[in-house]
Amino acid sequence: MNEKIKSIKEELTTDIKNTHSMKEVADLKVKYLGKKGLVTELTSNMKELSIEERKEVGKLSNEIRTHVTEELATIEKKLELEELNQKLEKDTIDISLPSDKIKRGSRHPFNRIIEDIEDFFVSMGYDVVDGPEIETDENCFQRLNVPLGHPARDAQDTFYIDSEYLLRTQTSSVQARTMQKNQEKTPIRMICPGKVYRRDDDATHSHQFGQVEGLVIDKNVSLADLKGTLELFAKKMLGENTKVRFRPSFFPFTEPSVEVDVSCFKCGGKGCSLCKQTGWIEVLGAGMVHPNVLRMGGYDPEVWTGFAFGTGLDRFAMFRYAIPDIRYLYTNDIRFLEQFDRKDEENEIK
Amino acid sequence: MKLSRKFLSDYIDLDVDTKQLADDMTSIGNEYDSCSKLIPATNLVIGEVLECLPHPDSDHLHVCKVNVGKEILQIVCGAPNVRKGLKVIVALVGAELPDGTIKKGMIRGQESSGMLCAMSELGLEHKFLKEEDFTGIHELPQDAPIGEDPISYLKLDDEVIDFELTSNRGDLLSILGMAYEIGALYDKKVKDIDLSFQENKEDIHTQFSLDIQTENCPLFLVKKVKNVTIKESPDFIKNRLIASGIRPINNVVDISNYVMLETGQPLHYYDSNRLGNKIIVRMAHENETLTTLDEQKRILSNQDIVIATEKEAVGLAGVMGGLTTEIEEDTKDIIIESAIFHPTLIRKTSKKILRSEASTRFEKGLDPKRTYMAILRSCHLLEKYADATIVGGMIEYNHMDISEKQIPITLDKINQVLGITLDKKTVLDIFKRLGFSVEDKDSLLVTVPTRRTDISILEDLIEEVGRIYGIDNIQGKQMILPVVPGTVNKNNRMIRNKLAMLGLNETLSYALIPEMDAKKYTTDQFDIIKVLDPMSEDRNTLRHSLIPSLVSIYEYNKARGHKDICIYEIGKSFGKVEDQYQEANHLAILMTGTYTLGLHPKKVDFYILKGILEELLDYLGYQNRYRLQVQDLPNELHPGQSASILLNDTKIGIMGKIHPSIVKDDIYVLEIDLDQLFSFRTKNMQYKEISKFPGITKDVAFVVNKKVSASDLMKEIKKEGGKLLKDISIFDVYEGDKIGDDERSIAFSLVFEDATRTLNEEEVMEIFNRIIVVVENKLMARVRDK
Repeated sequence: MNEKIKSIKEELTTDIKNTHSMKEVADLKVKYLGKKGLVTELTSNMKELSIEERKEVGKLSNEIRTHVTEELATIEKKLELEELNQKLEKDTIDISLPSDKIKRGSRHPFNRIIEDIEDFFVSMGYDVVDGPEIETDENCFQRLNVPLGHPARDAQDTFYIDSEYLLRTQTSSVQARTMQKNQEKTPIRMICPGKVYRRDDDATHSHQFGQVEGLVIDKNVSLADLKGTLELFAKKMLGENTKVRFRPSFFPFTEPSVEVDVSCFKCGGKGCSLCKQTGWIEVLGAGMVHPNVLRMGGYDPEVWTGFAFGTGLDRFAMFRYAIPDIRYLYTNDIRFLEQFDRKDEENEIK
Repeated sequence: MKLSRKFLSDYIDLDVDTKQLADDMTSIGNEYDSCSKLIPATNLVIGEVLECLPHPDSDHLHVCKVNVGKEILQIVCGAPNVRKGLKVIVALVGAELPDGTIKKGMIRGQESSGMLCAMSELGLEHKFLKEEDFTGIHELPQDAPIGEDPISYLKLDDEVIDFELTSNRGDLLSILGMAYEIGALYDKKVKDIDLSFQENKEDIHTQFSLDIQTENCPLFLVKKVKNVTIKESPDFIKNRLIASGIRPINNVVDISNYVMLETGQPLHYYDSNRLGNKIIVRMAHENETLTTLDEQKRILSNQDIVIATEKEAVGLAGVMGGLTTEIEEDTKDIIIESAIFHPTLIRKTSKKILRSEASTRFEKGLDPKRTYMAILRSCHLLEKYADATIVGGMIEYNHMDISEKQIPITLDKINQVLGITLDKKTVLDIFKRLGFSVEDKDSLLVTVPTRRTDISILEDLIEEVGRIYGIDNIQGKQMILPVVPGTVNKNNRMIRNKLAMLGLNETLSYALIPEMDAKKYTTDQFDIIKVLDPMSEDRNTLRHSLIPSLVSIYEYNKARGHKDICIYEIGKSFGKVEDQYQEANHLAILMTGTYTLGLHPKKVDFYILKGILEELLDYLGYQNRYRLQVQDLPNELHPGQSASILLNDTKIGIMGKIHPSIVKDDIYVLEIDLDQLFSFRTKNMQYKEISKFPGITKDVAFVVNKKVSASDLMKEIKKEGGKLLKDISIFDVYEGDKIGDDERSIAFSLVFEDATRTLNEEEVMEIFNRIIVVVENKLMARVRDK
């Protein structure tokens, strides 16, 4: 018996050495452990043996069965791993080959700026109001305290379409509309971004450009409130460290009127080519709503005060994306447009 | 307004440097464009030519020995007038001149340490120079002190601030106005102006008469002076005019300009003998002509004010005098006019004819007190610098209110509007500095001098307080307002985001387009809207369709070698309908070349654009509510590859291929009226229960005549499929030699499903077969490969 077991063990060792595939492992399983396998055959004559012998043969055959099973499992595992490794090797790709391109489109920088400005003011409880681009002379000028023949009209050379209607030269026209429309004469908080038109075309001016107008009317609104609001706005649009400076100025529809400068976001106020060495950049016109404008809008200037501000959208787009020429915004070169295909960073101008 | 520091110093003592003054003025609302020396050249000295020998290697250069005080320099000079003994302006080595820096060098083998200068080389504007200032070096008087600064010697050592004033501050277009403003800024007193002169025994009223025939001239003053001597002005007058940007002519003309600069009141001097003894002020006749001082014949209208004799117009009021009565070399007696004309009319006339220093001042409105001051100041200077005899008396026509405005205001109101807390003393002090007097009663009653024509209401006074206090000293406040949610319409944003995700690029183009494009790509009924005064014919009409703009953008990019262009724009569409101007938000898309989304670039065709349309409308919530229809199409589109877009059976736009007669490339465009689109409400999306029971899919391909559309087939299948037919999709379309020439095969995949139970094969087959029979019969179709 021991002889037989020994010879099985030796044969198994030789067989395993010559086994190189899973198929061969399966064959070995049949050869040793199958119904007529070598190990099974050891116990084929059990019936002819004594109880003691049976115990002995049973024990020995179990031992050799366990041994064979383990040996085959080991080689099986080893071969499995080898085969997997071969497959991985075969499936390996060159990750440096180019991708299948998925093209993104873009949103125009002009509208990206509008959306940002809208979001900021909506977060402060302002309504975003739309107004027509074909306006009446009355809404665009007269109700803003610029009567016919007023010199301030010269600065805004106007495209008229007939004696009464024109292409709005400023989004301020929406101020007049909003005040009239508010029948109950309740407080107003609104901005109006949009396109405006002036007969003017050169490197720094386009005959069509964007403006956003803001208007707040309430009781006890002050110039200090205007400054606080614009400080927040400037920080949001141009960066946390932005400072705001007021200079007295003149607009027919506000009194007092101010020009609003922001500290240069490029040099931080030290002076550079962008701010012409002054450290400041003029970005807004603003002021307290002129009593005549309030009155014409149906608000009693004895009771109500308000502030208004206006700024050019194109310049903000040019600042944020470092666009050197306003005309690039309107040329629509596909190589320009395609660049605006990613998200904005918060306060990108730093 | 160019402000000469020397001129200003006549009326106010200043101890700040000029740059500081300019910056301080800016902080109170008076911006400046530039601040510089009148003559920017540096390192100049007065020298004397001791020796002047011809250059050995040149026929026009000279080699000079020049005494500049500390040393004697050898300088090579090419000027024809250089000679021994001449006093000259020497630019030393290192001198910065407008044309560059002077360096030591060799000129044709001769050492040269500096340059002898012509006036034209020092940086003075050319209009102030004479011919000899260009042709030769400047010859200084013999007593010019060697080694000294020639600019100081010539009294040209002035500094100039060029202000860009706001349109309301006409008062600052004068040295006196500037002095008052700067006086308020630094709390300094303005000095008096000398108006003294002697009058002779004559009375102007016996020699001259005035007839004002228009209400557009509320104030007109006349004085007469006799026996003037016309000559060159003294240096200080000439230099101040130059610093102020006005070219000196002769003493009399210069004095009129000098007084205008001082007081802000333009004057006109007439040659008394050429004018005669009467002035009429009237509106011009229609098409009346007048030759102005600049020898231009002007054609006038009844909106222009003229100064006239009985015979003819002799001056365009407020703008320019006439040629026939101008001051000439032989002028002896002068009639001086100091007047105020209607600002708006002057503005209109000058806009039409000519902007002058005078009209700029008239159109802003003038202080009547200065009208008086200016005519007296004129007499003072003419007596002093033109030997004039002043005829007694003055002719006055005055229909103007010269009283000072009084405005009541309270301290509370000032503090409330500015948002600060100033005490009364500070406010009173600010008014005092401005030269406003204040009666301090219950409220403050502020009296504003007539020179401040810009101040009429209490808000103006508040601005003055803010300005002088320092408007930037106001601290920003965080407003406390009731919490009200803001509102914004996000429709356009959603469209932009969706189209950007689909790989399209947003454009921004001009609303003004050429008239010839204004009716294209639309079948809408409207009249075009043109601007009355366009900048060019290319931009004279408001666009109705946005597609012409996108086509221009395509052309621009194509010319630069780009073939793949997928763009969109949202903008206003304009048109006049039944005499009403109308505008609506439109979306337009243009696609051409290759479209890449996902793995496979594909040539743009109708179906890609249709896919984008569907993706957009589905995203916006309009699933199953829109369809395409081949009717009512613009001529610019391919008749066999375009359609109207209908939503709830209302046309909201068009799409299709641009007609091959317009462009050869395959370009597909789409335009939707967004206002119309969004007028159809959408419901919020709601979760639909997912069937727990599996569906059964059946495929079938029908061969039909090409004239039968896919949607016809779809309609029949749907109708027959009933409610168990959950989904139909087309997965193949075939045309070719395996079927007839006029046939086409369309393969459908049909999904049957019931949310409440598992369907069995038999009942599905029953419906499926019924569908086949109906389609075959109704549409003359047959099932392919059956």
